[in-house]
Amino acid sequence: MTGMVIPTRPQGSSARRIWGLMFRHLALYRRSWPRLLELMYWPVLQMVVWGFITAYLAGVQGNTASVAAGVLLGGVLLWEVTLRSQMGFAISFLEEVWSRNLGHLFVSPLRPWELVAGLAAMSVLRTVAAVLPAMVLAFFLYGFGVWTLGPVLVAYVFALMAMGWAVALAVTALILRHGAGAEALAWGVMFGIAPFAAVFYPVAILPTWLQPVALAIPAAHVFEGMRAALMGGTIAWGHLGWALLLDVVWMAVAAWIFLAQFYAARVRGALLNIGE
Amino acid sequence: METPALLVEGLTKTYRPGDTPAVDGLTFTMPMGETWGLLGGNGAGKSTTIAMLLGLLVPSGGRVVALGHDMATDRFAALAGMNFSSPYIALPHRLTVDENLRVYAHLYGVPDSKRRIAELVEEFALGDFAKRPAGQLSAGQKTRVALAKALINRPALLLLDEPTASLDPDTGDWVRSALERYRAESGAAILLASHNMAEVERLCSHVLMLKGGKAVDAGSPDDLLRRYGRDDLEEVFLDIARGRAREEA
Repeated sequence: MTGMVIPTRPQGSSARRIWGLMFRHLALYRRSWPRLLELMYWPVLQMVVWGFITAYLAGVQGNTASVAAGVLLGGVLLWEVTLRSQMGFAISFLEEVWSRNLGHLFVSPLRPWELVAGLAAMSVLRTVAAVLPAMVLAFFLYGFGVWTLGPVLVAYVFALMAMGWAVALAVTALILRHGAGAEALAWGVMFGIAPFAAVFYPVAILPTWLQPVALAIPAAHVFEGMRAALMGGTIAWGHLGWALLLDVVWMAVAAWIFLAQFYAARVRGALLNIGE
Repeated sequence: METPALLVEGLTKTYRPGDTPAVDGLTFTMPMGETWGLLGGNGAGKSTTIAMLLGLLVPSGGRVVALGHDMATDRFAALAGMNFSSPYIALPHRLTVDENLRVYAHLYGVPDSKRRIAELVEEFALGDFAKRPAGQLSAGQKTRVALAKALINRPALLLLDEPTASLDPDTGDWVRSALERYRAESGAAILLASHNMAEVERLCSHVLMLKGGKAVDAGSPDDLLRRYGRDDLEEVFLDIARGRAREEA
């Protein structure tokens, strides 16, 4: 026997483990252009459809450069950020479920928070790949540049992505709880939130009793802020602050649900057979 | 005194209150440098035991100390020195063999990972299909890749669930030789669950016989053969599975 050295602490850094998880997903895109195309397809399609609707409405109003057109197109683009962020996270997790790889991942030194960080990083890359072409298209086809919102756009995008991660984390927890049977939520859950997130209309349009619900959604504050910027040229710091604060609350709740379900999955032995 | 590979005390798992325990009060200490076998029929508690040893499953009672780290409180420190292979848990099937090994080299923080992967590709003869997706490989090739993944971090403690299940005799023999070589060269401890009695007789210095979640007997293969008055472990296995006591057997 050759005197085995027993590790006393994990080898490698968190950053390397997170990169390992990202590499696992990026390798899929490296060889598959249909996967890349699929990422861009829906946001571009949404932009084209909404762009023509907006152009038609602006024409009816006799004002092709109407602010309302910008508000609609801005809503489409920024909502896509939330949607793609959530789907990018949740679908990357589902890739592990589909390939029945969770058992291997969870017997490696990868911590749950590193898994979440890796999925969030993948969600950023997938969102950029999905939404950037739609943003460029909106500028060239309809003359709308979402960057006219100014530097605050960065904060809005971050707030929307963080909301996407929070929702995805909760969806991931449900997949841990209910298995692949809950995977439909990965695609559908944000469409259920959209009507209350004030994407295309102000919160004030909603029935009074529903307005507190809308104001508890981070995205509603981002879209109120977007409209203030496009229509009045002002930065609604209050709405931005609320959006970020609510993101913290949503993330904390989602993280609690995720950790509780992760532990419950370890108690039930679900990590071994999830995906079957 | 050398740190044992595994210290298991009163390990118990009950999935639902009132159910019969899947594992019931398992206690053993496994030293470094040996290969041990977990034997038992279907439902004896082998896979449940391995899942608890790996931290994939939270025990209902008892404790596991792996490589000196309590799995309840210091799991990740232990996991860095452990690894696992099972034909029932796949590697990402769309990734190539090379990509899979690179992913796990990152996850285990393997130093000089390029060199380590090249060593494993050579040792397990993966070169001909290293650039092919894992999902397109034959059962034997998949097993070799899974074993290469399980050795990527040169684990001090290797847990294997039926390492040669569904392999032809030649490939099975090849895998057993690779495991013997790894243990001899590294001084690692290997715990394997198997239904293959010839495999256990060849590889294991100590065997734990499980039945109904309990350890009903233990010893070296030679001891067990002597105690049960049998010629091979398969007959011992049948004696235990069918409830024949040593004296009756």
